[in-house]
Amino acid sequence: MREASLDKLKAFLTLLPSMILVGVFVYGFIGNTIWTSMTDWGGSGAMALEPQKHFVGLENYIDLFTGFLGGNFRQDLVNAVYYSVMLLAGAVGLGMFIAILLDQKPKGEDLLRTIFLYPMSLSFIVSGTIWRWLLAPQGGVNVLPKYLGFEPLTFKWLSSQSAVLVFNWQDILRILVYVAAFILILVGVFKLKKDAGRAMKRWLIPGIVLGALVWVFGSILPDALFMEEEHGFNLATLGIIIATIWQYSGYTMALYLAGFNGISQDLRDAAMLDGASHAGYYRHVAIPMLKPITISAVIILSHISLKMFDLIFAMTGPDNAATGHPALNMYLTTFRGNEFSKGAAIAIVLFLIAAMFIVPYLVGQYRQQGRR
Amino acid sequence: MTARKFTLGNVFLYGTLALLSLFFLMPAYMAAVTALKLPADISLPTAWEWPSVVNWSSFSDALAKLRPDFINSLILTICGTAGSTVLGSLNGYVFSKWKFKGSDVIFTLFLFGMFIPYQVILIPLFQTLRAMNLYGGLPGLILAHIVYGLPITSLIFRNFYAQIPTALIESARLDGAGFFSIYLRIVFPLSIPGFVVTSLWQFTQIWNEFLWGICLTRHTANPITVGLANLAGGQAVTWNLPMAGSILAALPVLAIYIFLGRYFIRGLLAGSVKE
Repeated sequence: MREASLDKLKAFLTLLPSMILVGVFVYGFIGNTIWTSMTDWGGSGAMALEPQKHFVGLENYIDLFTGFLGGNFRQDLVNAVYYSVMLLAGAVGLGMFIAILLDQKPKGEDLLRTIFLYPMSLSFIVSGTIWRWLLAPQGGVNVLPKYLGFEPLTFKWLSSQSAVLVFNWQDILRILVYVAAFILILVGVFKLKKDAGRAMKRWLIPGIVLGALVWVFGSILPDALFMEEEHGFNLATLGIIIATIWQYSGYTMALYLAGFNGISQDLRDAAMLDGASHAGYYRHVAIPMLKPITISAVIILSHISLKMFDLIFAMTGPDNAATGHPALNMYLTTFRGNEFSKGAAIAIVLFLIAAMFIVPYLVGQYRQQGRR
Repeated sequence: MTARKFTLGNVFLYGTLALLSLFFLMPAYMAAVTALKLPADISLPTAWEWPSVVNWSSFSDALAKLRPDFINSLILTICGTAGSTVLGSLNGYVFSKWKFKGSDVIFTLFLFGMFIPYQVILIPLFQTLRAMNLYGGLPGLILAHIVYGLPITSLIFRNFYAQIPTALIESARLDGAGFFSIYLRIVFPLSIPGFVVTSLWQFTQIWNEFLWGICLTRHTANPITVGLANLAGGQAVTWNLPMAGSILAALPVLAIYIFLGRYFIRGLLAGSVKE
């Protein structure tokens, strides 16, 4: 008995150094960054070993979201949202599509898998360098149609200034409430089949009421800014999104392929015997079964899209505002501009968005472990 | 498998796969073709065409510029990989076979460290390394890679050790073996595939990392990713050098991927938390 408890102590002591390291380097550092984001650390004396810092509360955050100089950050944030959504749709969709194709066991499956997955092993700097050359305005992808006898394209992949889906930042509060209402209604529609009464009470009616309220009384909500400021999805980011999808759809393909292989042949045969077509099998049997994989892929891809820095740095350089991203902005603000507290505030905004996805996911994982 | 027939479905299947393969191979082709051209032959409208004269000197030129960074990356990657896999293996052993009250919570708290955007710890990391006199050189970068590698290496080893039957550990304990002797005599010898998977994963991650490389090292200690970004970043670049540099920077991990692809994919899947 005594030996057993001695072993338990040894186990704990083995883990202790890592616990301390993770405790300090993850949780301590996050706390430190939160604190830094509430100070005025920056300017000329910022690089001193003991820089002057004063507590300023939420001022940095207010500046970022409503201040005169925060316009760049707001455009970056809008870019990041569009970027994440398109990366998720593109990489999950294409990855799933390729996995379904490879699940038909074509000849040369191994070689094809190797081809689709190799971008995953590359560094973002490597792929960014190559894609920058591929998307050069008068060359690369744009001249490809020439070889088929068409006119070359003239799309300005990485330097376009035009934007679509433009909205006014002034209205951000109203837009956010509309989004909330939309999500409520969407969830309600999805749950309608299962339990119509609950779906109406819990989701649909609150969603419709909320939407109607903003529509009628929206003008009461305060403006975020005193002047108009337009942001939208900048077309120059398309090139970056394509490069990221190229790099990561192989990853989702590998995830889905592993999942498809894990589904027993019996189940597949049974579905086919019941008259399911190929498409029906995937739509109604295989893909619903792989929901955990889809969730993992979404979590990992959104995490990647939130820290997107290297690829943008390599593709459009640090100075192209049109394709900016908060992660890049944080680096520039902190290490080029020496505005440490502003950089910390940007980092915390990124962190909070990431935590919105990750905390529920990890809590779910933990509960799952408890049940087993 | 029955013999494939020439059906519409098959035409669609192989046609789509061929098109997709072209899309995925396009950047590799472009990099190779551009790297093999003479600088004077590189022009935007003819970027896709095969070089009239194959010129290998871009590779030696790029290597001459990137050699110090390449060596830095090798040292960094080997030390970082070794440190984080050894610690991760011990952690995984505790998390799977020596659970104590609260160890599952600690494990979940570890995992969180894997998913944070690293920008959120960058400023204190920079300050701490400066205060420890580790800023600017390789040791500080190695330390960072070891610490932030712990979540993923502990996760992979924990999942790997979960497959070792607990009865094996129990019987060894009845025979009088203790914590460390069980690890050394039973668990460690069984974990070679686990070490391969984890090391490949860490090697790839550390080799490809850029953010810490650019923020935490001075010029003399830059890893290869930073060197390549500098090489490609100038305005008046001739594109053969960055393309050759990209190929050089990609070679070690590409070689791993091509020759040890099975383990690479296992690491990829293990990194996605699902068990």
